[in-house]
Amino acid sequence: MEVPILKQGHYLIASIQSALTDADLSQLREALIERVGRFRARGVIVDVTALDVMDSFAVRTLRDIAHMARLRGAETVIVGIQPEVAFAMVQLGLTLKGVSTALDLEEGLAFLNIQTQLRIDRGPGRLDRG
Amino acid sequence: MADQLLIPITADVDVVTARQRGRDLAAEAGFSSGDQTVIAAAISEIARNILMYAKRGEIALSLVANGDRQGVVVVARDQGPGIRDVPRALQDGYSTSGGLGLGLPGARRLMDDFDVVSDAGKGTTVTMKKWRRMNA
Amino acid sequence: MATKGKDAQSPLPDPQAQTESTAALLRELVAHLRQNRTQLREEWARRITRAQLLTAMTEEEIFAEATSVYDNYVEALETGTFEALQAYARNLSERIIPRGVETHEVVGIVLLLRDVLARSLFGKYHEDFDKLNRILDAYEPAANRIANTVAVGFVQERERIIRQQQEAIRELSTPVLQVRERLLILPIIGVIDPQRARQLTEQLLRAIRTNRAKVVVIDITGVAAMDSNVANHLVQTVEASRLLGATVIVTGLSPEIAQTLVTIGVDLSEMATVGDLQGGIEEAERLLGYKVLPLEELTPKA
Repeated sequence: MEVPILKQGHYLIASIQSALTDADLSQLREALIERVGRFRARGVIVDVTALDVMDSFAVRTLRDIAHMARLRGAETVIVGIQPEVAFAMVQLGLTLKGVSTALDLEEGLAFLNIQTQLRIDRGPGRLDRG
Repeated sequence: MADQLLIPITADVDVVTARQRGRDLAAEAGFSSGDQTVIAAAISEIARNILMYAKRGEIALSLVANGDRQGVVVVARDQGPGIRDVPRALQDGYSTSGGLGLGLPGARRLMDDFDVVSDAGKGTTVTMKKWRRMNA
Repeated sequence: MATKGKDAQSPLPDPQAQTESTAALLRELVAHLRQNRTQLREEWARRITRAQLLTAMTEEEIFAEATSVYDNYVEALETGTFEALQAYARNLSERIIPRGVETHEVVGIVLLLRDVLARSLFGKYHEDFDKLNRILDAYEPAANRIANTVAVGFVQERERIIRQQQEAIRELSTPVLQVRERLLILPIIGVIDPQRARQLTEQLLRAIRTNRAKVVVIDITGVAAMDSNVANHLVQTVEASRLLGATVIVTGLSPEIAQTLVTIGVDLSEMATVGDLQGGIEEAERLLGYKVLPLEELTPKA
């Protein structure tokens, strides 16, 4: 299943619609990396609201996306993690450390705006996400 | 109610099927939404392990009752290379494939009962259960 | 004594050789109990009152329940199966537990009935000692099984109700407060067991989503001690909240609990902590961009 990726200004938004197989996730990763390069995107939002399970492969893939996007100059935010999914994740020991997260699309965009603004201003972040 | 649900694991789409069936079964048994997610995550990890190491296997799902508790039982079987050192494989961070290695120890953290029977060249059987109290 | 306990499916074990005569004896016994139903019930009800059991109920109520129990008792003896009795026991328990009836009372009245019926048998068969013995041999296992079934049914129902109440109390005692937009406070008081910890986390995460909170202050001033399991749980709660885009500030961390956290490998420099709740709220407001101004500055000078 291909995940639709929208371009909104300097940002790319990938909206996951349903359960994804490992192959789907890998495909998403490739597609996002390619587009980040092609459009010189400054930010990537991956919306996982529709995912009812996030296991180690999904987390690994999201981390890869964030890492590779950053190498190409784009910040990544994962949004829409469901409360129960978050709880299961931390019990599994998956913390998405090093990857920014936000509640939903709106928050994700707000976060990216601050991040890109800060990078321009070269000031320290107020809410520092490690 | 069917006794046992058997799901063959041969492709990565089966991982999704297995965890969704697991979630449905848990929902049918009255597990909370949070627990359904936990069970689905555990199944996902174990099913992927089968694909990664054994290439094929199967997952059997069933329900059991024990006094005033009800449980979801997941049995994951494969005829793959097997695990030579089970205790070590259950330790956090251990992995032979360079991945995060969270499959076994992660699933164990999520479930209440967890048992692994395996040896080099002899395949692997993982049995895991999650319980809940029944409200009459 | 051949009591099978919880297994309500199988009838009583009868040695093959004696099956027919035991069955015949039980039939005779049941007939006797039915015939003398009125007087035996009344005697039982009298003895219940004399023993000062079921004081939470009126005499009329006791008699009404006594009638049902008696009939179910005799039926269990007659059919040798106990499902109906078990169902009845559960149903009865559901009704009388809220009235304050206790386990010893329920066990007590069933044993009294057993006694009343046994004495009645003595009365009837005292001339034929051998017959009396055989009837008692047939009666005894069944009577024990019945007492067990009723007692277990009562206890299980009681435990179920207690669990329900505990759940309700837990829900009430863990309020998540929204004091400002995007700011939640979770004050934790008292003892936290793993189940309560889990419930706290679920409630908090749901609240973060519903209120779109960006900062959560978890105050554990009121928590005396925390074992490593619950401490682990606190850490998980903080991490899960982050996944939902919320920053967590922990306040009221005692030196003991700080030590527990360090012991389980938590890097306290990674966890935002502030001494007390007030300080935590101020820090949260700073993070959210609020400034708390003294009142004079707000009133316009006319």
